[in-house]
Amino acid sequence: ADIISTVEFNYSGDLLATGDKGGRVVIFQREQESKSRPHSRGEYNVYSTFQSHEPEFDYLKSLEIEEKINKIRWLPQQNAAHFLLSTNDKTIKLWKISERDKRAEGYNLKDEDGRLRDPFRITSLRVPILKPMDLMVEASPRRIFANAHTYHINSISVNSDHETYLSADDLRINLWHLEITDRSFNIVDIKPANMEELTEVITAAEFHPHHCNVFVYSSSKGTIRLCDMRSSALCDRHSKFFEEPEDPSSRSFFSEIISSISDVKFSHSGRYMMTRDYLSVKVWDLNMENRPVETYQVHEYLRSKLCSLYENDCIFDKFECCWNGSDSAIMTGSYNNFFRMFDRNTRRDITLEASRESSKPRAILKPRKVCTGGKRKKDEISVDSLDFNKKILHTAWHPMENIIAVAATNNLYIFQDKIN
Amino acid sequence: QDTQEKETVNPERAEEAKLKAKYPNLGQKPGGSDFLMNGLQKGQKYFDSGDYNMAKAKMKNKPLPSAGQDKNLVTGDHIPTPQDLPQRKSSLVASKLAG
Repeated sequence: ADIISTVEFNYSGDLLATGDKGGRVVIFQREQESKSRPHSRGEYNVYSTFQSHEPEFDYLKSLEIEEKINKIRWLPQQNAAHFLLSTNDKTIKLWKISERDKRAEGYNLKDEDGRLRDPFRITSLRVPILKPMDLMVEASPRRIFANAHTYHINSISVNSDHETYLSADDLRINLWHLEITDRSFNIVDIKPANMEELTEVITAAEFHPHHCNVFVYSSSKGTIRLCDMRSSALCDRHSKFFEEPEDPSSRSFFSEIISSISDVKFSHSGRYMMTRDYLSVKVWDLNMENRPVETYQVHEYLRSKLCSLYENDCIFDKFECCWNGSDSAIMTGSYNNFFRMFDRNTRRDITLEASRESSKPRAILKPRKVCTGGKRKKDEISVDSLDFNKKILHTAWHPMENIIAVAATNNLYIFQDKIN
Repeated sequence: QDTQEKETVNPERAEEAKLKAKYPNLGQKPGGSDFLMNGLQKGQKYFDSGDYNMAKAKMKNKPLPSAGQDKNLVTGDHIPTPQDLPQRKSSLVASKLAG
């Protein structure tokens, strides 16, 4: 199995899509609850698997294009089929996933095994009839949105108008119409005339959940810009600029690097947005630009390890974050297969581990604790024992229920609230 | 506030001192162009596409008659393919020392 690179529930939560480093997409479907097995409440099983992207080589630029799926975003369901957008560094694809459970039999011009019948042997006409067949789930690419990004795509976001979506790379953001593949509009361009003057890049972008004219994008300098597409065609000038003031006396070599925002997510309500930087998660009120309203420390104990984290490149790891359906809780990943959840109302937080050794199926997860000080208590793990190769970068929360999906390298874990 | 005290208390500054001790040539602007440009150039692999395609064709068919080429000449066979090229790690250790 390959390293999972993205995880996303669809709007109903019945489907969970994962993308991996090998360009594959695997979709899981929640089983209908059955009276005969009440304890297997809504388990997720494989529904469809397909190869979304292949590795490519751009000969003109001597550039290898990885097939790794950077992001998957579902479209809202409009008919029996399901649609999703998947993207690698350069190309976005719209996939249609549909079910086929009927087959036509009794064709006039061909036999049941497909061989053409001799026309002279056909003496009567019959109407083919539909017969049930074993469920087949088919995935087919419906649109390919290519050649619009010079740099590497880091985000895609479907608009609330359900007609358009945006794609963002390091320096530019483009607006697409889902039906049109040969054109896209550039709405943000931060490429300097002279590349020597480059000081920041775009790290993530997302449309507002309700206002189809509003989107945000985050930067490597820890800032977020909110743009309104009604104000101008090219949104190089932001409508709102979110940045937390920094204490200049505490500035260090690492300050800018750890302030780089790796993910930005609007709350379901549309009133707040959440950003993830290297050590913390911040909740911002869209009405207040000068500082976040809430800050949660994910793994503050790493602040005294920044030197080695810089040397092994871990300081550049891009963690994602997510809200629960009611926006009352947030979740993000850490190292050693740990992930953290914060309750915004009670201010309680918990650290859990996604690993085979620490959890048997249906067993309740035990909270974990990292020992920062001197004496390590039993069951605590010291900072130096953390495995920095086991990073949880991608997590997803069911849109309505307390079901979470956690990607730990090449394993997918699905956790649910305990059943009473 | 006593700056001396702040330096010893601030873990970030302590880590910075450690890094500077290891890499004295570290550039002054850590989040500056060099670092960002590395990220932008991820995936860059240099090779001659003409040679690459010739080598690919050679592997598929019987090798073309050497036409006087010395059999000991290895340049033709040692053309790197994209798969053979070592991954150009966009880590900063190389560039930061060069900076």
